[in-house]
Amino acid sequence: MLELKEISVKVGSFFLKNICFKVNNGDYFVLLGSSGSGKSILLETIAGIQNSINGSILLNDKDITFEKIQNRKIGIVFQDYALFPHLSVFENVAFSLRQKHMSKKSIKDQVSLVCRELEIEHLLHRNIKGLSGGEMQRVALARTLAMKPEVLLLDEPLSALDAKLRWETRMLLRRLNKQGQTIVHVTHDYEEALVLASTVAVMEKGEIKQVSSPVEVFQNPKSTFVASLIGIKNYFRAVSFPPENETKSSRVVIEDNVSVCINASLQKGNGVVIIGGNEIVLSLEKQQTSMVNNFEGVVKDIIHTAVGVEVLVDIGILLYVTITKESLEKLSIEIGKRFWVGFKASSVRFISD
Amino acid sequence: MQNPKMKQYNSFQLTIVFLSGLLLLFIIAPIIGMFISTGYDDVVGSLKDREVVSSIWITLLASIGATLLFSLAAIPFAYFLARKSFPLKKIVIGIIDLPIVIPHTAAGIALLGIISRNTFLGKAAHFIGFEFVGSIAGIMIAMAFVSLPYLINAAMEGFLSVPERLEQAAMNLGASQTKTFFKISLPLAWRSILSGFVLMFARGISEFGAVVIIAYHPMTTPVLIYERFGSFGLQYAKPIAVIVIFISLLVFILLRWLANKKKNA
Repeated sequence: MLELKEISVKVGSFFLKNICFKVNNGDYFVLLGSSGSGKSILLETIAGIQNSINGSILLNDKDITFEKIQNRKIGIVFQDYALFPHLSVFENVAFSLRQKHMSKKSIKDQVSLVCRELEIEHLLHRNIKGLSGGEMQRVALARTLAMKPEVLLLDEPLSALDAKLRWETRMLLRRLNKQGQTIVHVTHDYEEALVLASTVAVMEKGEIKQVSSPVEVFQNPKSTFVASLIGIKNYFRAVSFPPENETKSSRVVIEDNVSVCINASLQKGNGVVIIGGNEIVLSLEKQQTSMVNNFEGVVKDIIHTAVGVEVLVDIGILLYVTITKESLEKLSIEIGKRFWVGFKASSVRFISD
Repeated sequence: MQNPKMKQYNSFQLTIVFLSGLLLLFIIAPIIGMFISTGYDDVVGSLKDREVVSSIWITLLASIGATLLFSLAAIPFAYFLARKSFPLKKIVIGIIDLPIVIPHTAAGIALLGIISRNTFLGKAAHFIGFEFVGSIAGIMIAMAFVSLPYLINAAMEGFLSVPERLEQAAMNLGASQTKTFFKISLPLAWRSILSGFVLMFARGISEFGAVVIIAYHPMTTPVLIYERFGSFGLQYAKPIAVIVIFISLLVFILLRWLANKKKNA
């Protein structure tokens, strides 16, 4: 287990203040925050590149706050990969093993093993200079995994990749995590937190605002950064299905319970669905409109917020619907009352795993 | 019809090209002129002159020796300057360039003040059996003093061009600081360091002012050229000058080639 206790760091005029959190073994921990929030500095502090001025870092109950960077057993993959341009792919991946004075054969075996896992065996004798962005990232990942880190730190690992590579890398990271690798992943992209994280920590201006499960973080945001991600409250695990025939749209089945139409061409697969809370219409009766998703439900809660009112409606899943105070009065919305909710197929977003 | 490419040259660009050509000619013309006006027989005759040959060896060896010996401290120093910030760093960097701006004969006199026989260093050297003044060791010190800035500056530039990130990555992968220096920083800065070697070595070969003050004998080639010119005239100095320029050019081309090879590797 990795534990940060009241860590404070000063880099130039930037401060990290009283950072506290725990990452359990096998966790996929996502540090979410906008750029300039201090995520990367925090990652470098855990790795030992930056020094904290206060607090302590524990790894499996051992205090590593003042441990040398070489002995921490914490591997970091930098956003720019930091591959050694004068060494081949093999030598890059073998770098950490060479420091352990292993035999030539064990080094070769270990490098092969890691590279097979990351499907980069064919690159072993290539120069770094000729690699594509995706290949470089895999080599950087292989190089860090070869040292068998207790905790793997990833700084914005998906941000430089195109959509297809991002999807592949996401699968790879999830696979590594399932094999038991503890991961701390820094990102500014809430989608990554939604689909990968078992725990999310939200950072804002050098402070941790919230540490919790993704559901808790997005449904009860305690930071302006997450709260500003409108509609993120309505997100669910779901399975996508292709259209039944040419006249139909693709469908997404949410929590085995509610099937909604989506304006996208999807294959069968797992993922996360997001329905914009501002784009859901609440009415007393079923409306004849172009909205294809219409469900009857019961009002479970009415939450007054700074900008309006959120009505929690149970349609088999719990949907947050954002309305104005005027509408609340006009429709006489009360807890326990039945209403119709409707939203367009284009208001539904699906992010496949 | 006018060539469309011709139109792109305006009078400003033509002036620049003309002035650049003039400058190049200024550098090349005296050297080529000397090669043309010096007879083959005179050069061969000089090559058989034992005094000339020994001066060439002394010059080359002293310059190589000074470069290699002082690089042992100059390269780590350059690395330190490239990586660390400390109070008065700008002043330290300014001090490194001092030997470039002071007259070299004055540098020779200043050096003599710390290595002549009646100084602490001079006495210490005498105690263990050698002298700085009038020896190859003295020549090396004079050469190093005036040429060190070139190596330190080139090496510093080389280390600055190596992203610190790579060193952090190496240490994260378990390499010690020393190993990181030798496996990552040094190989990646090597091209700049090599050109620093070339510059320091070439500057060492050509040094006259500081060397002549510390060691008139054993005679380096620049001192010999001066002596032949003073005692016998231009005709006697020319063949030796031709030989020394030729050797310098060879070394220069060789090391440039090495540096380029490294770049393209």
